[in-house]
Amino acid sequence: MRYEAPRTLEAALALLSSANGQARVLAGGTDLLIGMRAGHVAPELLVDVKGITEMTSILAENGGFRLGAAVTCMDLVEHEAFAKAWPGVIDAVKLIGSIQVKGRATVGGNLCNASPAADSVPAMIAADASVSIAGPNGKREERIENFTTGPGKTALAKGEIVTSFLLPRRLPHSGDAYLRFTPRTEMDIAVVGAGVNLALDDGGVCRQARVSLGAVAERALLVPEAAAALIGSKVDAAALERLAAAASAACRPIDDKRGTREFRIKIAGVMARRAAEIALARARETS
Amino acid sequence: MPDTMTFTKKELRVVGTRPVRPDGVPKVTGLARFGADYSLPGMLWGRILRSPHAHARIRSIDTSKAQALRGVKAVMTSADLPEQKFEYVGPERVAVNFWHMTRSVMAREKVLFEGHPVAAVAATSKTIAEEALGLIEVDYEVLPHVIDVEDAMKPDAPLLFEDMITRGIEPAPDRPSNISKRIELKIGDVEAGFAAADEIVESSFKTAPVHQGYIEPQACLARFDTDGQAELWASSQGHFVIRALSARLLGMDIGNLRVYPAEIGGGFGGKNVPYVEPVALVLARKSGHPVKIVLSREEVFKGCGPAAGSIMTVKIGIKKDGRIVAAAGVFKFQAGAVPGSPVMNACMCAFSPYDIPNVRSVGYDVVSNRPKTAAYRAPGSPISAYAVESVIDMAAARISMDPLQFRLKNVAKPGTPTVWGPKHAHEGFAETIRALMQHPAYTTPLNKNQGRGVAAGYWFNNGGESSAAVHINEDGTVLVATGSSDLSGTRASLAMMAAETLGVEFDKVRPTVADTASIGYGHLSAGSRTTFATGIAVVEACKKVIGNLCARAAMIWDVNAEDVVWDGGCARYTGKKSGEFEPLSLKAIAVKKSVTGGPIVAEVSVNAGGVAPGFAAELCDVEVDPETGAVKVLRFVTAQDVGRAIHPSYVEGQLQGGAAQGIGWALNEEYIYDEAGRLTNAGFLDYRVPVASDLPRIETVLVEVPNPNHPFGVKGVGEANIVPSLAAVANAVSRAIGQRMTELPMSPPKILKAMNGGR
Repeated sequence: MRYEAPRTLEAALALLSSANGQARVLAGGTDLLIGMRAGHVAPELLVDVKGITEMTSILAENGGFRLGAAVTCMDLVEHEAFAKAWPGVIDAVKLIGSIQVKGRATVGGNLCNASPAADSVPAMIAADASVSIAGPNGKREERIENFTTGPGKTALAKGEIVTSFLLPRRLPHSGDAYLRFTPRTEMDIAVVGAGVNLALDDGGVCRQARVSLGAVAERALLVPEAAAALIGSKVDAAALERLAAAASAACRPIDDKRGTREFRIKIAGVMARRAAEIALARARETS
Repeated sequence: MPDTMTFTKKELRVVGTRPVRPDGVPKVTGLARFGADYSLPGMLWGRILRSPHAHARIRSIDTSKAQALRGVKAVMTSADLPEQKFEYVGPERVAVNFWHMTRSVMAREKVLFEGHPVAAVAATSKTIAEEALGLIEVDYEVLPHVIDVEDAMKPDAPLLFEDMITRGIEPAPDRPSNISKRIELKIGDVEAGFAAADEIVESSFKTAPVHQGYIEPQACLARFDTDGQAELWASSQGHFVIRALSARLLGMDIGNLRVYPAEIGGGFGGKNVPYVEPVALVLARKSGHPVKIVLSREEVFKGCGPAAGSIMTVKIGIKKDGRIVAAAGVFKFQAGAVPGSPVMNACMCAFSPYDIPNVRSVGYDVVSNRPKTAAYRAPGSPISAYAVESVIDMAAARISMDPLQFRLKNVAKPGTPTVWGPKHAHEGFAETIRALMQHPAYTTPLNKNQGRGVAAGYWFNNGGESSAAVHINEDGTVLVATGSSDLSGTRASLAMMAAETLGVEFDKVRPTVADTASIGYGHLSAGSRTTFATGIAVVEACKKVIGNLCARAAMIWDVNAEDVVWDGGCARYTGKKSGEFEPLSLKAIAVKKSVTGGPIVAEVSVNAGGVAPGFAAELCDVEVDPETGAVKVLRFVTAQDVGRAIHPSYVEGQLQGGAAQGIGWALNEEYIYDEAGRLTNAGFLDYRVPVASDLPRIETVLVEVPNPNHPFGVKGVGEANIVPSLAAVANAVSRAIGQRMTELPMSPPKILKAMNGGR
């Protein structure tokens, strides 16, 4: 196995396209190293992207934020302006492992690992993030909800890597939240995850909303029907009940060691409703 | 009984204080050496090939390709271990059958569970060893398997042992089954008792197998000399027992095997028996190199025994005034792939907290295609206590009686008969229940969706064989060596008892765990026995040393030894002779050792009797999320009769640890199998022990009713605390949701389903 730590994106792309056997991008390594140790993957080449400045920076862009794909969860938690703008994304990254793991794990890695239960993905989908991708054929953008195609599967072509995410400018009176259900309080994997992002007008009426669910399908889902239940309402009890019903209806989960199908369907509505309540409170607090 | 073993109440200087443990600094700085921390020049890495099937016949094993791989120095199979006689040896409660044990270490005719070892290799690197495992060709004939105890007991169940006839049934059944043993214990006339009852409460329960969850995976290093002498560094709960069992499994003399105790990163009963040690020894013998084996977490879950799962039915009959007049229990325990679940313990402990005239406990030991179960903290007792204490709770509710008052009304006292014959002989049960009743938590109001559960539990505790040596160094410092592995701060408790007895400061006493060639036999650190039994050996050895010190003082003073006493850490003259007899300190005498008779040493071995049982009563408050079924433990109070707490902090730690493990057992821990009989959650991510944020600060109440048979009143403290925990949580959840939960773990999907009327 070969390990390379290029300093530029171009060098990283050159390494990936020249690899003979399996090449893997190494960011925090919190999934990859475990997979290697368990014998699930045996890459011929590891390309460590932590030395590439544009992949490890958090920058302001068009009133929003551009996050490098190798930005760690702790980098986000400790970035005051980002944390203030996107508390729901912070909710999600705070749930990824222990503090030590969060110091290594990255949002880009969480997305590319393509687990249906990834915590940051529903929060980023709700946040309407876009994904910047670079590859042998140049750069392109992808909507984050279209990026994951199934367990362990992504829209990346051979030789492509995710370089950064763009989160849009925040509207007035907007707020987001992510909640997950786990049997344990932490150090666990989502049985169901729900991200909600909404914006109110001056009269407190919801004008925009995005709702995303994790761990209830082969990938994190954007659920427009659930968002539609909020839009035009004052996010009152009736709207929240419609949101919960739409969220449950969108689920197509499996039975596994982490939860039963019926349990996940029930809980998805509860989590979506509770996340919406938190997002609403946050939206009302912001000017 | 020698007088040294009698408790006398007196003012104590060291016992009852909270000094820093002698093994504390190396453990927090990372310098303590655990099983995986030993290495030798020329060392090889051993790896074990494990069965991918839950049940299969081994047609053949071809190791030639692995053998031929460069870097591979030895390959072993069960053919390298001698066959053992089929017989159960030792007391029935803990009987061992070496025919089964050798097959647990390495499969012979069949693999009986996924993860069952079938071969092992030793190679110059871990990578080569891993590669070599892939080159071993095993031809399996896959057989139908059975996982659950109910299925395993069916007449048409796949049989693990085609000739196993249930023991304990007269006349013996004419057909083989997976039921290894039936036991029945009874006193009084159970039918008449139920006939006389005003109310009868009965319910059935199910519990999942759970793992001890020790942090340190099994690990050892072995070397073998060409003259047949071997050395082993291993982490275990008893290096003398590991020595005896490993020697027996290899067919070697015990005298040829020296075992050095590594620090142990948790055992809880799971490290009483060898898994990797015989394998490393065989590989070392075959290769001529030292061999190290360190298991992965997955191997620990799949290969090293969990505690038994169970199906149980318990029935009690009560009078209107709350007296229990009859009790009956049927306890069916999963033994795993080999007979030997702790079902007899379960039957014995089940009703032991109570004075019930008519009792019957029936137990079944049932094999199925899971790893062989191992002991886990009061093995058997928490399981049967879960069923019994749930039914007790239902009975108290039936007659609208306070659940602790109900227990107190029926509590066993000295003279109360046990279901296995002898009468209870110790106080402490009622005192413990009263202590919990008086705790402010018991009367704190609860809110909506909250519930409070209480439960009590009994555990035998153990005494037995222990050795200790006390050496007085020439500067007056003291060395205390024992053969007892330190799981829980016993170096501290033993050194404290030595310091107390000798009258020296705690930090002048250096305790050590000596290897099998350096001290007399010590049995396992198990059964909550070490501070009790090894403590007696230490105190006896100190008393012998004191006799020696007094004799030397008499020699220095030229007086009769009978006129010298040891008091306050000094020899004092009490006779009538005139002259200057300033007291002589231990140090003053030690300095003169060479001119007063040479080394000052005493070694004592005991087979300690006079054991007092453990008794605990616990309270748990929970809140259940009505929309998700999630349980939050709000408050947990554990009261235990500890006899006398030598080091209260470490005793409190034992109580808290037992409760934490019991809460995990009750709420989330379970072995989850797929349809092929493979374990799907062999890791700490999906095998959910509670993390710190899942638990409240567990409040402890140390009830001190001294054991009259121990110099400091010690009762074992390591196990009784987990016995009531499962039931305390279950009773709390049942009260919070208004219906009885009868299956563990009470995971959120199960609770939500129960709350939604089974939907």
